[in-house]
Amino acid sequence: MSRLIRMDQTGHTTVAEWTVDDPPSAEAAIAAFRAELDQGYFALISHGEGRAEQVRELPLDAALVILRRPIAGG
Amino acid sequence: MPLSPPADALPATAGGSLPELANVHWRPRASEATMRHAGRMWTLSSVGHTVPFVAAAIALGLAGPIMLPFAALCLVHAWAIPELYAARGARAVKPRSAAGGEPERVALGLLGDLVDHRARELHARTGLMLERGRLGVWLVGETGALLVRPGGRRVNCYCVKATGAGLPPSDRAAHLLLALRTDEAGFATVANLAFSGARWRVRRRLAAPAREALDAAAGR
Repeated sequence: MSRLIRMDQTGHTTVAEWTVDDPPSAEAAIAAFRAELDQGYFALISHGEGRAEQVRELPLDAALVILRRPIAGG
Repeated sequence: MPLSPPADALPATAGGSLPELANVHWRPRASEATMRHAGRMWTLSSVGHTVPFVAAAIALGLAGPIMLPFAALCLVHAWAIPELYAARGARAVKPRSAAGGEPERVALGLLGDLVDHRARELHARTGLMLERGRLGVWLVGETGALLVRPGGRRVNCYCVKATGAGLPPSDRAAHLLLALRTDEAGFATVANLAFSGARWRVRRRLAAPAREALDAAAGR
């Protein structure tokens, strides 16, 4: 089961869960993903130390996709 | 209200660059060369602030014993100015909010999943997440990061934070860690450089737990 999570005030929230074998769940996840990006979140996949990949389309084969807020100099 | 323009409205960025770079388009992208230049500028600035006071102290000292208190005051100024800059840099990784509660526990779980056990244990003791990069070794906190440059003698202190209120401290650190992993040079460009100078100068301005993290980052 793959997960799309959003880092937020609750720690994180699971926005969608899907499996490639279940097209309706994948379509719902894609819709949720686009809605979050429209709200200004950025999506990425972490590949371990030193590597993360920003994505603009939901990679259905990824186990975990994380949504983060923008950062700015403080 | 959207947090930022939709992702597809942002200019195309190559090679996984941070979209936030669009907000600081006037800054040159960070690199080894820009970091060396910034380091030299900080050193020159420190010398420029210090040397006149030291020179004044010598001149006053030579003028006569009655001027010695004023000479001492000049030396205090010469010592204090770089210390104040270093203190400003060290504040970048000072914890801003009390950790605790369910959101922090959840955020800490996610943050722990992103790193290996050594970084997790160091974070538990110090509140800072160690991440090795091409530009050096990073220590990521809640609202800033330290970069220990190769060789371990110079530390760059950056103020940078996740936008939006109400995020648990570990969630803030996770935001910064993931942005750093996405584009290290972009992260260093977006962040504001608060100080660049000697590691020993920053270290003495850090709280004891953060000193341990700094020592670990410097390989000591």
